[in-house]
Amino acid sequence: MRTVHYHSREHYRDKVFPGPFYSRQKALNVNREWSRWYDYLSVPAYSCSTTEYFAGRNACAVFDLTPMTKHRIGGPDALPFLNRLVTRDVARIKPGRVGYAVWCNDEGQVIDDGTIFHLREGDYRLCSQEHQIDWLMINALGFDVTIVEDTHDVAGLAVQGPTSCAVLKRMGLAGVENITPFGIDFFDFEGTELTVSRTGYTGDLGYELWIDPGHAEILWDRVFEAGELHNIRPMGSDALEMLRIEAGFILAAEDFMPAMQTVRPSHTRSPFELGLGWLVDFNKPLFNGRKALLTEKENGSRYALVKLDIEDNKPANHSYVFDMKEKNIGWVTSAMWSPSAKKNIALATVEAPHGKVGEEMQVEIYYQRELKWSRIMARAKVVKDAFWDPPRRRQTPPADY
Amino acid sequence: MIRGSRSIQIIGAGHNGLVCAAYLARAGHQVTVFEASSQVGGAAITREFAPGFKVSAAAHLVYMLDPGIEKELDLASHGLEYARTGLQTISLSEAGDHVRFNGDDVDGVSEGDREAMREYRRKMQHFAGIIGGLHNRVPARLGTTDRPDLLELARLAFNIRRLGKNDMREFLRIAGINIYDVLQELFENDALKGALGLDGTLGTMLGTRSNNSVFCALHRYSNGGRYQLPKGGMGTVSNALANAARAFGAEIHTARPVNRILMDFDRATGVELQSGEQIEADLVVSGADPKTTFLKLLGAQNLEAGFAHKISNIRTRGNVAKLHLALGSVPDFTGLDPALSAERLVIAPSLQYVEQAFNHAKYGEHSRRPVMEISIPTLDDPGLAPAGKHVLSANVQWAPRELKGGWSAAHEAFTESVMNTLERFAPGICSQVMHRELLTPQDIESEFRIEGGHWHHAELALDQSMMMRPVPGTAQYKTPVDGLWICGAGCHPGGGVMGSAGRNAARAIIERSGT
Repeated sequence: MRTVHYHSREHYRDKVFPGPFYSRQKALNVNREWSRWYDYLSVPAYSCSTTEYFAGRNACAVFDLTPMTKHRIGGPDALPFLNRLVTRDVARIKPGRVGYAVWCNDEGQVIDDGTIFHLREGDYRLCSQEHQIDWLMINALGFDVTIVEDTHDVAGLAVQGPTSCAVLKRMGLAGVENITPFGIDFFDFEGTELTVSRTGYTGDLGYELWIDPGHAEILWDRVFEAGELHNIRPMGSDALEMLRIEAGFILAAEDFMPAMQTVRPSHTRSPFELGLGWLVDFNKPLFNGRKALLTEKENGSRYALVKLDIEDNKPANHSYVFDMKEKNIGWVTSAMWSPSAKKNIALATVEAPHGKVGEEMQVEIYYQRELKWSRIMARAKVVKDAFWDPPRRRQTPPADY
Repeated sequence: MIRGSRSIQIIGAGHNGLVCAAYLARAGHQVTVFEASSQVGGAAITREFAPGFKVSAAAHLVYMLDPGIEKELDLASHGLEYARTGLQTISLSEAGDHVRFNGDDVDGVSEGDREAMREYRRKMQHFAGIIGGLHNRVPARLGTTDRPDLLELARLAFNIRRLGKNDMREFLRIAGINIYDVLQELFENDALKGALGLDGTLGTMLGTRSNNSVFCALHRYSNGGRYQLPKGGMGTVSNALANAARAFGAEIHTARPVNRILMDFDRATGVELQSGEQIEADLVVSGADPKTTFLKLLGAQNLEAGFAHKISNIRTRGNVAKLHLALGSVPDFTGLDPALSAERLVIAPSLQYVEQAFNHAKYGEHSRRPVMEISIPTLDDPGLAPAGKHVLSANVQWAPRELKGGWSAAHEAFTESVMNTLERFAPGICSQVMHRELLTPQDIESEFRIEGGHWHHAELALDQSMMMRPVPGTAQYKTPVDGLWICGAGCHPGGGVMGSAGRNAARAIIERSGT
């Protein structure tokens, strides 16, 4: 295992280093392109992001999520600590379950979102998009908790797509098909423990595999051996980006500014403004931002994050959003032509009171054809549900594809 | 019971808690005060430290008590009496070339310094007036559009602007800087500069060359800066406040320490005493320091994380030790007219001396040659000691709360340093000592239940003042926890036995606590 020695004078030389699957990724990375994801090298696309995307929707795609920030939280006060940290009721995430969560500062503005894995009674893993250890340590004051950032000690591999369950079964993970969505199970694997959760960032059937980095390569090999007949492919971050937009999942620093990185107060967002009001549980007596969010609930929010179904087929990246009277009311944060939904879709931020489901808007799309720029005003409609939400995502056991 | 009357508990019968109790009771609320110690007063008490010898155990001079409070609560009729008012300050010199001053009147310096003193005093009084003018006002909240807050901010800006062009420029120039530079610009005499410099550092983790030391001096002068000696010690002030509060109907219970503040869902609902008894109330007001109130009595688990973090970062490093000597006779300060021994005597013979005493504190050590502010109250108030005997009370700096190696190992050595220093200015004093007691900030912390043993509950500095005191979000005496208010020295305008925090808190509760 490779550890970052931040205190070493030479730390800057190896600030970004190959992850535990690097040898396997390198062999498959036809494009020879690498990007940086915090401390690790990551692959944007092994060969063709569209092919990788389709593997995720129609077969099985494998993505290295080791660089995602991971924390282990334990100790007698782990539950009250997490309950004060996040807006939802963590007591309802039972052992062996995973919950999506969002956490705020005292002003009720979102610092980050992530997942809470209740691995075993009182033993939690918190995964986050951004580095959170400072905020977690600040939160620890007055709680009897142990908090470790173990990003480098856990290798993570997402195995996503309709054939993912079949692949894992063929790998010998007996009973993996019985894991329900957001469930966790543990397996013996080559003399170590393999943790499997039915989670993902694709909005489809899929699993995430967690193992110590020393067993990363053999895990990769076994997954790919088992997946040969199921059309398994490695997937880069470009394809994952497409999958998550279709699923309607938001991304920190893309669809909203994390509060800790935001200088201008009006540029932060509350959970309500991100469409995450369902994660806010006012039945808890206290959590960070509770008072501010109560006030917001009473007085109304400033913004709404909406899913847009746009006419025309040109992706609306970076577009302004207008109401039907040509008044500028917001902007698009993520957009794509969705091959699976066969729709031109986008996530957008609009000013209150806009953003009601069914509301008609316009999107100003600039697009280029052979270097020539053109502009259209496309009609768009606010929709309620994710653009891609197949029944197999929830089916247990999943069908054998 | 009048309409709208509510049951209000006050934690701690320190002077601010008592002032708050008196004003709330006067407004018709049912007020109950719980005090941990067996007597009222907090750090403003008189107690015996040796058989037959009594002393003001922490604060020992009155120089900031709000005259409005004295009048409104009619403290004189409740027993407040002064043994003497208008004490002069004498800056002692080893050689006996003492400098004596009181207001503009200064003795023992050149004509140039006399002139400089008049200008310095004029300026400082003028600027201190701005700070003093804020004492009895609830600070404005920042970032709101509420009319009272905006008016309050406008008032502050107007008061600074009203200084006139030159003085406003000068105020803005010196308010945040260090007193060493300001005094060096004006004065020649070392002993005079030392004593004036000391005013910028007393009670704080500041040297004369530290930023904020001018602000600290202005705070000290902000209620006129006249030193007064209460008859019977500081306990007299507290007893008068307690009597006033009782006269308005407040109940005061001593020897009943509060264990924790009770919460029901998201609201403070009362207190649990150390006896285990739980008592409910409509509102709880804490006179304890912010760290004790929020992190010990309430618990960080009951606060949002950002707020708890800010509270935990309040600077509360106490630096003053308190020396009490029981003396067989009046000490003989070299070259000092015995008639002047009853004045406020300071050992701060030069700015260099003060700064060097502070240097140790920066590195977690106590001063080897400390600075002192000395009072021998028995010269005016013989009742504090057996006939013919005397009491010497001194604030001694610097004695950092967090001492390298801990206080138990260093207590004796520090006491020796203090006595040796005294001996140089009053030869023979060691042989006059019958009993001695030295309270380190650690002792002050445990005896008076003040986090860090800090006089002001929170360091007196611009970044912890006004709308930032103790931290933004609770500077209006209302805390983020519904039903919980604060009224101690950790609030605006700070400590120094002034009572303004307690009165402002009462006013805020009466005006803003809603229904």
